[in-house]
Amino acid sequence: MIELSELTKYYGELCALDHINLTIEKGKILGLLGPNGAGKTTALRIITGYLSPTSGTVTAKGLSIDTDVLEIKRMIGYLPEEAPLYRDMLVYDYLHYVADIRGLGPERKDVRIHELVDICGLEEIMHRSIHELSKGFKQRVGLAHAMMDDPEILVLDEPTSGLDPNQIAEIRNIIKQIGRQKTVILSTHILSEVEASCDRVVIINEGRIVADGSTEELRRSSEAEYSLNISLEGAEDEVVDKIFTPIEGVAEVQRLGTDNGSRSFRLLCRTTDDIRGKIYQTIKQQDWTLLEFKQESKSLEKIFRELTKESE
Amino acid sequence: MAAGNISHIFRREFKVYFVSPIAYIVIAIFLVLAGWFFFSTFFLFNQAELRDFFNLLPMIFAFIVPAITMRLFSEEFNVGSYEILVTLPVTFRDIILGKFFASVAFLAIMMLPTLSYAISVALLGELDWGPVVGGYIGAILLGAAFSAIGLFASSLTKNQIIAFIIGMIICFALTIVDKLLFFLPESMLGFFQYIGAGYHFQNIARGIIDSRDILYFLSLIFIALYGAHLSVRERH
Repeated sequence: MIELSELTKYYGELCALDHINLTIEKGKILGLLGPNGAGKTTALRIITGYLSPTSGTVTAKGLSIDTDVLEIKRMIGYLPEEAPLYRDMLVYDYLHYVADIRGLGPERKDVRIHELVDICGLEEIMHRSIHELSKGFKQRVGLAHAMMDDPEILVLDEPTSGLDPNQIAEIRNIIKQIGRQKTVILSTHILSEVEASCDRVVIINEGRIVADGSTEELRRSSEAEYSLNISLEGAEDEVVDKIFTPIEGVAEVQRLGTDNGSRSFRLLCRTTDDIRGKIYQTIKQQDWTLLEFKQESKSLEKIFRELTKESE
Repeated sequence: MAAGNISHIFRREFKVYFVSPIAYIVIAIFLVLAGWFFFSTFFLFNQAELRDFFNLLPMIFAFIVPAITMRLFSEEFNVGSYEILVTLPVTFRDIILGKFFASVAFLAIMMLPTLSYAISVALLGELDWGPVVGGYIGAILLGAAFSAIGLFASSLTKNQIIAFIIGMIICFALTIVDKLLFFLPESMLGFFQYIGAGYHFQNIARGIIDSRDILYFLSLIFIALYGAHLSVRERH
């Protein structure tokens, strides 16, 4: 669907993107993840035709951004960071303006604007001026703007930054709905964002892709490390320490606290093997009641920190 | 398609002028200045003509027009809406022409009330309509040329004040250059007279519509708009 090849962008001396190669398939939500200043926004701006690359090419559906930029812009709906919409227009006027520029005919325009008002929940703010809107509403108008022509590709730069938790949930829902049929590329520096809404994650750091895969794959591929949370009734701290520490793969036993006679522990595991069986056998040999046994995989946050830290 | 886009951008820009109070303030200042300068001496000469009004116009335009055009690009750069505009399926040409026509249309609206001067003068005496019609045609051409220059100035910076000052300096220089001819060596007189906007405007305002003067304004418009085009493209 979209292909970036050897994409490089310099701002003067500063290298914002360093030979990026990336293929984005249709019908997926791709999360572009990276710390601030990693080059996410630059990459999105090049894909949307706002900036031209220093070298390298972008093609979308076989069209090159150098020669068919207008066609590509028609295909893409783009919402820049912070949704910098015209402040001095009414939401109603703004949506009509975008619809006109996008070339929707008069009939389709009305139908489409109604649909978008429903999807994005704009009913009550249609006749308010954009500069009066809260951040959340502005973002929703921005989404409606980006989706106006039902674009095949939706590019969203930090779509949930600065919103409150409810608004974030709403925007994520909208994005997920769209992501079922369309290609969505979103950038973020918030990890939970990616875990919550993306099929695929590309981690960028200092202009380079440092990791690429599904959220699942990414978790697995990094050094396997997980923890097991256990709640036991009738166990004593010293005994628990003594029995679990010798098991191969258990690095540490942490005490999490007591609750009504039961004690909770966390076993940190430094191994790729699954040692849950061994742990269970060990517990079985004791006169304890097992109340809880849960494996916690490493959070994406940890992976993210590891991957982006190396070059510091 | 392209013509459609120019008209969408034109309509938005034109409407926005009248949403903010700035438009009304600019129009009011223009009318007060023009009216006051014109009528303060009008009755002394006892002549039914608008020559003094049109003599004043280039100078007033040099200040007023950059104030009208300063926001066209600068504000968009500043707010960031420019990024949205450029990533819509429009060309730079559509954007520049849409904005340019909007400011020219605004100027035309601003000039409209001054027709009452012509009418009231015509009631007072025998008004020769030739120079009046020429004056208005010249005013539109001059206003369009200054708009193009203001648009160019606005495309250079995200600061509206700087855009205004740059635009004003260029327009002002073009207005007075042919009035400073006595400072210049004789061999260059022709050249400087030719590049002066005031000189060409006065020719048209006398009621003589010469293709050279029209060509001058059209080329000025073209050069300034092309400059704006280069300047916005450079941002990418």
